[in-house]
Amino acid sequence: MLYTDEHSKLRQTVRRFVEQEINPHVDAWEEAELFPAHELFRKMGKLGLLGITKPADCGGQELDYSFAVAFAEELGRCNCGAIPMAIGVQTDMATPALARYGSPALKAEYMTPTVAGELVAAIGVSEPGAGSDVASIKTTARKDGGDYIINGSKMWITNGMQADWICLLVNTGEGKPHENKSLVVVPMNAPGVNRAKKLKKLGMWASDTAQLFFEDVRVPQSNLIGGEGMGFFMQMQQFQEERLFGAATTLLGLDRMIQETITYTRERQAFGQSILDNQTVHFRLAELQTEVESLRALVYLTTERYVANKDDFEVVKLASMCKLKAGRLARVATDACLQFWGGMGYTWDSAVARSMRDMRLLSIGGGADEVMLGIICKLMGTLPRRKKS
Amino acid sequence: MKILVTVKRVPDPEQKVKFKGTSVDVSAANWVINAFDEYAIEAALRLNENAATGEKLGETIALSIGPKDVSQQLRSALAMGADRAILVGGADEELDSFAVARIVKAVVEREKPDLLLMGKLATDGEASQVPQLCAALLDWPQATFAAQITANAEGLEVKREVDTGIEVKQVKLPAVVSVDLRIISPTAVVNGKTPATHAYQEGPRYASLKGIMAAKKKEIKEISLADLGVKAAPVTKLVSAEPPAGRKAGVKVKDVAELVSKLKNEAKVL
Ligand SMILES: Cc1cc2nc3c(=O)[nH]c(=O)nc-3n(C[C@H](O)[C@H](O)[C@H](O)COP(=O)(O)OP(=O)(O)OC[C@H]3O[C@@H](n4cnc5c(N)ncnc54)[C@H](O)[C@@H]3O)c2cc1C
Repeated sequence: MLYTDEHSKLRQTVRRFVEQEINPHVDAWEEAELFPAHELFRKMGKLGLLGITKPADCGGQELDYSFAVAFAEELGRCNCGAIPMAIGVQTDMATPALARYGSPALKAEYMTPTVAGELVAAIGVSEPGAGSDVASIKTTARKDGGDYIINGSKMWITNGMQADWICLLVNTGEGKPHENKSLVVVPMNAPGVNRAKKLKKLGMWASDTAQLFFEDVRVPQSNLIGGEGMGFFMQMQQFQEERLFGAATTLLGLDRMIQETITYTRERQAFGQSILDNQTVHFRLAELQTEVESLRALVYLTTERYVANKDDFEVVKLASMCKLKAGRLARVATDACLQFWGGMGYTWDSAVARSMRDMRLLSIGGGADEVMLGIICKLMGTLPRRKKS
Repeated sequence: MKILVTVKRVPDPEQKVKFKGTSVDVSAANWVINAFDEYAIEAALRLNENAATGEKLGETIALSIGPKDVSQQLRSALAMGADRAILVGGADEELDSFAVARIVKAVVEREKPDLLLMGKLATDGEASQVPQLCAALLDWPQATFAAQITANAEGLEVKREVDTGIEVKQVKLPAVVSVDLRIISPTAVVNGKTPATHAYQEGPRYASLKGIMAAKKKEIKEISLADLGVKAAPVTKLVSAEPPAGRKAGVKVKDVAELVSKLKNEAKVL
């Protein structure tokens, strides 16, 4: 994939934005375990950064997905994983289905202000009892007159304490688990929505992750995205962008970590030479950089295919591979680099320790590694069929 | 008003300078807009807009002289909000300050802007000569190193920071103004249309995604020196360039007592 001059200009803007509007505050936001989502998103909305691929009638730029990937890649310059994740939820995790299948009225009410950064979005799929196994969620939406009445709870919801609305996966019927689900837009100030608690986490501190309860929450049926029963399908489709975006945001973070490790180990002396001069160190770093470049190539390849055809089945496999590889590589690379930083790396405030804590999420969130492997196997035709009980 | 802003590309100041023989090696340079020119673009855009309503009050034209690649930097200026651009073809090594000033003058005579707005210097050569040369060649009033610009009925009031305080100049238009760093502070440019209470974000504005995509469609007019009837013919010759002598690493002192003792006994400055 070749980035054009417009891609690099977009990256320049994002780079400056990260350096001036995000990085100077990251330490404080991490400490506070919260970042000012509305303030930051409003600034980004003004620059058109929250609607890169979104339809023009919602204030978006309607560009192809390669621009979203360029954006995601450059967000890797953030000195933490939390902010790119929170932004990603807003742009590529909570909103693709609404943009593609939402009614004009629903888009006008929620998509347009989200693109402008006036509203903060969240995506509600996981539940206390259902993470990897999305089909087994328990939250329900029951029809009552022209409304839905929603009951249930959602777990680990990014932006959950600050969001103005959530794209909620619910059961709208009794049928088969893949055919009874729907995506519904729920305003977070609706009576019965309870932001139960902000969860303390290993990493991604600046991002607010919440447990949410929904008790007889009433929303109009016109808040349904697409058709009833299409929820599981749309969520699976929506996951493609989430996974590609997630993989793309790790690239520069890994590049920078490797570079910083080179700088540190070159300076640091032991046994009469720099740490870096040990072959096991510079070879290992070369190996890791090679893997990062391979991941980058895979991300670009997947993006190309996705741009050519959104519904290409091969993309589902490739996007899962991107996510799997990013998670695996991030674990190995942060561990290797932290090792070379020695005691300095093990201290709580070191950048490499933060990378390790933050990037550990990649193998879990948005579908665990094993779930990715399951998808890849299914598309490779190697997944054993389950016996019907 | 109609403003012509000059835009020079320079090697990224954050990149390490490389030398080849007795000259600076720019073969692997990462080219960026000269920072002071970026400030000049920002100042021009602020003069030419009502920031509260988005209304446009005039035309901003970006001018660059150099090889064709300079169109990249011109596109950045267009993405920030300039209306159109002019690229005069020329080879970097033939463009000394005097050649540039004569070329700018020729473009000014074609475009007839109300204001020629420039950076106070380019961060590569740091000559700080072109704006003054342009004013002389055009026989226009000049106000250099502007820290604040206020448009008024008689033209522009320009405040410049000097060692003894703030100097205030009033120039009639057309004029040449060169800008200093402070021109990008939140209230440094006053045009009488943007409400006085409006505070810009510090620094040159970000190119929005909309601006970036719109820039693709804006005109960059290419003109040759022959079209302008100007020969570059540099009058200065670069004899040689070499890196400054390396500095020895400093030392860390334990406490103030050690610092004082070193200043007294080793540096002998106390
Ligand atoms: C910081 C953070 C932010 C999050 N943000 C959101 C959000 O905004 N919205 C949202 O809906 N969710 C969010 N999540 C939830 C996330 O998507 C889930 O945690 C994830 O899908 C895994 O589900 P689980 O935690 O229930 O793990 P489980 O399903 O309990 O699985 C536990 C482990 O079992 C293994 N496993 C699972 N299935 C298989 C299998 N088929 N074969 C072999 N091994 C298997 C895997 O190793 C897996 O990690 C977030 C999570 C975190 C930690």
